[in-house]
Amino acid sequence: MSVHVYREPPSASIRQKLVQIDWPLIGLIALIACTGFAMLYSAAGGSFSPWAGRQMLRFVIGFFILVAVGCVDLRVWMGLAYPAYAFSLLLLVAVEVAGRVGLGAQRWIELGPLQLQPSELMKIAMILALARYLHGLEPGQVSRPVRLVIPLAMIAFPVVFVLLQPNLGTAALLALCGALMLFLAGLSWWWIAPTAAGVAVAVPMVWEFALHDYQKARVMTFLNPDLDALGAGWNITQAKIALGSGGIAGKGFLMGTQSRLNFLPEKETDFIFTMVGEEFGFLGTMALLALLAVVIYHGIRIAMRSRSQFGRLLAMGITVNFFLYIMINGLMVMGLIPVVGIPMPLLSYGGTAMMTVMFGFGLLMSVHVHRRIDVPRHSSGII
Amino acid sequence: MAFEGKHKTRYATFSRRTLLLGGGMAAVFSVLAGRLYQLQIVDGDRYLTEAEENRINFKLLAPQRGRILDRFGVALANSRRNYRVLIVPEQTRGGVAAAVDALAEAIPLTDRVKLRVIGEARGAKGFMPILVAENLSWDDFARLNLDLPYLSGVQPDVGETRDYPYAEEFSHVLGYVAAVSPDDKQKNSSGDPLLDLPGFRIGKRGVEKAFDGEIRGHAGASRVEVNAYGRVIRELDHEPGRQGEDVYLTIDRELQGFLYDRLKDESAGAAVMDVDTGDLLALVSTPGFDPNAFNVGVTPDQWKELTESDHKPLINKPLAGFYPPGSTFKTVTALAALDAGVIEPDTIFHCAGQFELGSHAFHCWKKGGHGALNVRQGIKYSCDCFFYQVALKLGIDGLQEAARKLGLGAPTGIEIPGERGGFIPDRVWKQKTFKEPWQLGETLVAGIGQGYVLATPLQLCVLAARLAGGKQVTPRLVHSLGAQRLARPDPEPLPFSTDALDEVRQAMIAVANEPGGTAYAWRIADPAFAMGGKTGTAQVRVISAEERVTGVRNNASLPWKLRDHGLFIAFAPADKPRYACAVVIEHGGLDSHPQVSLARDALLLAQQRDILGRRTAYPVNSADASL
Repeated sequence: MSVHVYREPPSASIRQKLVQIDWPLIGLIALIACTGFAMLYSAAGGSFSPWAGRQMLRFVIGFFILVAVGCVDLRVWMGLAYPAYAFSLLLLVAVEVAGRVGLGAQRWIELGPLQLQPSELMKIAMILALARYLHGLEPGQVSRPVRLVIPLAMIAFPVVFVLLQPNLGTAALLALCGALMLFLAGLSWWWIAPTAAGVAVAVPMVWEFALHDYQKARVMTFLNPDLDALGAGWNITQAKIALGSGGIAGKGFLMGTQSRLNFLPEKETDFIFTMVGEEFGFLGTMALLALLAVVIYHGIRIAMRSRSQFGRLLAMGITVNFFLYIMINGLMVMGLIPVVGIPMPLLSYGGTAMMTVMFGFGLLMSVHVHRRIDVPRHSSGII
Repeated sequence: MAFEGKHKTRYATFSRRTLLLGGGMAAVFSVLAGRLYQLQIVDGDRYLTEAEENRINFKLLAPQRGRILDRFGVALANSRRNYRVLIVPEQTRGGVAAAVDALAEAIPLTDRVKLRVIGEARGAKGFMPILVAENLSWDDFARLNLDLPYLSGVQPDVGETRDYPYAEEFSHVLGYVAAVSPDDKQKNSSGDPLLDLPGFRIGKRGVEKAFDGEIRGHAGASRVEVNAYGRVIRELDHEPGRQGEDVYLTIDRELQGFLYDRLKDESAGAAVMDVDTGDLLALVSTPGFDPNAFNVGVTPDQWKELTESDHKPLINKPLAGFYPPGSTFKTVTALAALDAGVIEPDTIFHCAGQFELGSHAFHCWKKGGHGALNVRQGIKYSCDCFFYQVALKLGIDGLQEAARKLGLGAPTGIEIPGERGGFIPDRVWKQKTFKEPWQLGETLVAGIGQGYVLATPLQLCVLAARLAGGKQVTPRLVHSLGAQRLARPDPEPLPFSTDALDEVRQAMIAVANEPGGTAYAWRIADPAFAMGGKTGTAQVRVISAEERVTGVRNNASLPWKLRDHGLFIAFAPADKPRYACAVVIEHGGLDSHPQVSLARDALLLAQQRDILGRRTAYPVNSADASL
């Protein structure tokens, strides 16, 4: 048995870590966020209130969170993975129980002026926990039922509770993100192929027995928005009109009629991408997609460069999560999938989402800053 | 180095799968980009149109309806402000019923109105406003506007309503305006969008209908930018539209009012006409109805009264009332015979009280007869026997031809709808209708304006005007639209010899100016204003042989329905006729001859008003001013 020599790299100072931070990536993120501010400014009819100003403040806070999280040793995050997961799951259950007790469907916990959405916390916590667990497994081990049960449970619990909220979009996001992490960890194709087939069979069953009426209605409206153009199909019809009417070069900043005249629903949140389309046209949406793609590219590159499997899985988990947001929101506002209430990261107005995304990028940054640290297979991190 | 190797396997798998996933992500981005290409480039124009449709609303602005004025500029139909309130079902919070109830707190609303609005809302598109109430007082309207913030879906609106200050006097001349019926919409060939405007009213009957296109004006349009809730953000552009034209009638309101007042308790038709131009100075039908009531909607009780009255207020008597012209028709018989040379002015016929043709005796109204008469005396005394013999000599063919030349037997072509043509019989018609040849006896009866002969009071007025002026005048009501005069060619002379016409005119002057003339008692004493005329009585019942022996019952002693119609045609001044007049009073054939005295007074009034120097009528336009 050969001895693996584990060298603890000299612990870097904060200053050295700050130098290590991927500033171009932060620049990209800031650029995207600025597009969001511009759109929120325009959505308010050319005003920083009520949205753009607050969003900028949140971004600044998010920026410090990002840098701070990025400077914390990767192994610390590894150590916090399970407790964070357990805490998030607890909150998720608590919200569900509170809802059952009599407050109706509730997705957040009131913490004084703050609203804490456990499902948002869970997005990060689940990625951390999966990365932590899968870090120690070889591809062959991942596929063993005994080993697979645990990560599957890690995915299943939050998905079930989020579904119960009910929040179809986030549940789908969590499930997809978890599944893709298993895929990256080397899950055998023998598992993947039958599961994919099973999902294909299960979807109609879920439709029939598990979906709430309002969820079914959303799907139905999506399939035929013209059926009830002033009712439930209104959102998607108006979103398509907003996007399409932008044409090649758009109507110009502050000139979007669909948004300014309130034809565009939830323009400051879920449908903000359509505003970009309306005011800046095809050129604008392509530029924005390119920026987002570069961010994802950065994420993948960070993952590939990390020496530790934990770092790789964590970085990819965050990147995949970011990508899934974009995919689901993009497909949704373009009328390709039902409206499920997933915001566009960095652009949509919303405090919790902004914090979660920035925290996620912080973790990505931490992987980047600590990319040379080789975490042993059986390490449980630094607690 | 097994560990290292496994390490490598793990990393290799991760890298391979990350690349695979990256490829998948790239594919998804391609899908997004492709979809954006489709939406923004391929279908961009279509969505741009839809966005514009979203944003821009056309608001139709109803033009103000033109006024209708008499020849001196007296307004006969006005448009005044109409404060009203509408509900837009789509904009109500909590439904139309709740909105109506809330509205009822601000303004008085009956339960019937509430139910109607709720019923209409059920069948209508949510964005189409529904008229709740109109003709609100200013107080109610002001209160409504104050409460507006608490009334969802309620729209106050200032419309206009039609006002007819002289009401019944002009009911049949002006007609009225009323809501657009589905039938009107179907016939809307010009596609005027105004007809779809809630509460819009169009002309029904009379001048309001005949000149609706001109009086209505052109819709203005306002292109406004609206937000998703329909609130107007700003006006993009504005087309003011054009107010409807004012219509100047040839009518003299004072003369019309005078005639109406004297006739209002009768069932009658009367007309006064300019003999040179055919301009109608008065066109009266009594009893009238109040066109203002039609504007706001007639109640079932009012409707019942209008339709069931034996005086038939809904019938436009001068245009659509058929009466045997009776003795007034003798002027036609005389003119036809003189013109054809069948008789000369000095041709004498005898009247012995009756005229026998075959086995049948035709009676004169005067028992004992008139003795020997020439044509002037025949007309002056209105001798039936004289005209039996003239008609017999002339024949039905000559008679009906002359009658048609004088404007009988066919509509006069007056501008307003609803005119009927009267009736002049001929051989062809008789054969076709009864499968029998024309009988000589029928010629006799026709010769004194009885039997099949029927005429409207307007036709009788045209007859009087043609006899008086010698021109083929046709009546008209509308003189100008806005500042534009409606030009008409000067009427052609009548195709009768001047001598024949003069003889008939002189006879008619004798009727009203010489002792013994049937209208002598009602003559105009001042020779400058003197009139000529011809009386007429139309029997509505058969006088039995027994009655002829015992004496014909006095009309005054008969029930109203059985009394004779009283007719009179006249012109004035006698020496140079300017006005013609016809008055027909249903079942008014009394010895007091109210139709004669009325025609006299009307002709006198018309002439006196000329002397007052008020004949500078009609709108003054630049062309007129330079004259």
